[in-house]
Formats: sequence, C-alpha cells, structure tokens
Amino acid sequence: MAYLPQDDSEMQAISNALHEAYDPMLSEPVPGRFAHVLRPRWTPYAVAAAWTLLGLGVGLACGWQLRSWQGGPVAKADVPAFVRRAAIAHATFVPEIRHPVEVGADQEQHLITWLSKRLGTRLRVPSLETVGYSLVGGRLLPGEKGPVAQFMYQTAQGRRLTLYVRTDASENPETAFRYAAEGGVKVFYWIDRKLGYALSSSDIGKDDLLKVANAVYQQLNP
Amino acid sequence: MNDAERIVSLIPRLRRYARALTGDRAAADDLVQDTLERGWSKLHLFRPGTDLRAWLFTVMHNVYVNQLRAARPGAPLGDEMPELSRPARESDGLELRDLDTAIRRLPPEQREVLLLVALEDMSYGEAARTLDIPIGTVMSRLSRARDKLRSGLAMSGKLKVVK
Repeated sequence: MAYLPQDDSEMQAISNALHEAYDPMLSEPVPGRFAHVLRPRWTPYAVAAAWTLLGLGVGLACGWQLRSWQGGPVAKADVPAFVRRAAIAHATFVPEIRHPVEVGADQEQHLITWLSKRLGTRLRVPSLETVGYSLVGGRLLPGEKGPVAQFMYQTAQGRRLTLYVRTDASENPETAFRYAAEGGVKVFYWIDRKLGYALSSSDIGKDDLLKVANAVYQQLNP
Repeated sequence: MNDAERIVSLIPRLRRYARALTGDRAAADDLVQDTLERGWSKLHLFRPGTDLRAWLFTVMHNVYVNQLRAARPGAPLGDEMPELSRPARESDGLELRDLDTAIRRLPPEQREVLLLVALEDMSYGEAARTLDIPIGTVMSRLSRARDKLRSGLAMSGKLKVVK
C-alpha cells in the first residue's frame, strides 16, 4: 500500500525532471501581495464595530464645525464626519484583494486627471517611495457633499494605507495634524485650504503614520 | 511559529505546485492568492496536529476545481473531466518540447496526482487524502498520467530513464 514511487526508475526520472523544471520557484522571493492576505481580517463584525465606534460621537459632534480648530487635543466626539468616512472607506477597501482600487498606479496620470475633474480641483498624488510606500491606485467615493477621492499605497510587505481627500473644506481654512483612532483604524487628518485630508492605517503605529503624514504634507506643500 | 508564519513558509511550495499545475506564472499566483485567502479564512477548520501543508494543498485543490468549474460550466468533473488548457491538436504530438507542455496536456485530475507524488513527493496515501479520493484512484490516475508523459516526453528526449 505504501508503495514508494521513488522506487521506480521511470517515476524517479519524472520526479527529477519536474524538480529540475519547477524547483527554481522555491528560491524566488515571495511576492508582497501574498503577505497582505495573512493578516487579521476586517470581518463584517469588525466593520460594524467600527461603524458603531466611529458613530459614537455623532450627536455631540453636530456642532464641531463651529468650533475653532486650534483648540486642545481632539476629543472623540469632535472627530469630523469626513474622518469617520475616511476610516470606514479604509476598512472597506484595504482588505480587498482583487479590486483594491478602481484605477491602478500604472495609469497614474489618468487617475489624477479623472479624480481632479470629478472633485473639481487640481489634485496631486504624493509619492511616498521615500517612506517605503508605493501607490496602488485610487478610487472615487461618495462624500457628504459630493465626490471624494481615496488613494491607496502599500509597502513591499503588503502593508496598506489610504489617503482620503475631500474638497469643500473651506469653512476651516487650515489646521495642524489631528489624530483619531477608532475601531482599529488610526487616522491623521488635516485641512489645507479647500482640501481635507485623512491618512489612515490599520497596521502601523501612530509615530510611523505621523512620519508618512509629514511626507504627504511636504509633498503637497513644497 | 504562529499560523501566519507557518503558512508563509509554505508559500514557495504552493507557488511551485501551482506553477506546474496551471502552466502559467500569473494564473499560478492568482491560484496561490485565492488559496491563501480561502485557507486563512477557513483556518479554524484546520485540525492542529495534522499536516498544514497537506491541508493547504487540499484547499488549493478545491479552489482549482472551482476555477475549472467556473471556466467550463456544466462540464463534468472527475475522471472524464476535460482539460482546461487548449486542446491538443494532432500536430502538437511532434512539437512537444518541454515538460510544461507535456504536463499541461494531462487532464487536470491526472496532473494533480502526478505533481503531488512526483513533485511534492507525497506518498499515495497522502495524495489520496489531499485530493479526497481513494488510493486506488490515485494509482490509476498516476498510471495513466505516466503513460501519456512517456509518449510525450520520450520523443523530446526530456525523460531519461536510467535502467
């Protein structure tokens, strides 16, 4: 029953030929795209939990837009609605394997032109290679008042972060970086003239995310 | 090692097998990706203490069979399953040049058995458990695969049998 095929010279020859042909695959580096699969997943429950947590402050936050942005640390209740939307969009698309973005980085120029047109402002897509992230691509999403854009980046190891950009933030001309962590998603957000930005990650620390946020800011404000 | 690390350590073997199975690099990596995704989400079904590699190969087998079904709706599966790749034309017989071509011309179920035994070095029993088929079926599929390979490869000189 436990007849070993290796005892057979023809089987041995087939086996040798197969190993010779396919063993080189064993020493190839594992593509980064696989690493991303093997991470804690955003189950539907986790997404629901994120919604709940992120929504906790909705009632209290109603008046946030009237407040000065230059106040103290942001209480949870003060997290702007667009940041909550950014975090949820992050949680929705980051685990996506087949369709993480609508338009890939291979069509970066088209991506920028298209999203700029839809958002009605000239967008710029920061290059984050210096901090280890390359552009995956982007997508158009519905925002509170109109279309918003989401850009996705990832490291060679498959760690992803998203940059959410909304327009029409003119009521708050400028802010410093603010930080919010809700439902497992860490977000740095800021407003720069008419654009609101939210940079989200679910798998790097706050300090690392801040480094990336600085890189984004510097790219957008050379 | 945690589960993720153990799975990562098996990725090169999954890729090698998928590459031989599909005959195509991109299709192989898609198959590996689907396998990892499915395996990772079904990991709670894996019984600790059993062979994780064999379990992942079973997952890959199931994903692969589903892909074949999707590609050929209504096609019967099993021993009569038609091969997915381009059908062999008569003129191909003399043009067999490499192992890839010869392997690709095997029906998928024979290809799987051959690769598990000859490339993954599984015993007949392990291959039978991985594919969830009787051991006798493993042997008969392997025998048929060998017959086909022999006729295909012998003429290209790839198969050197040391007597």
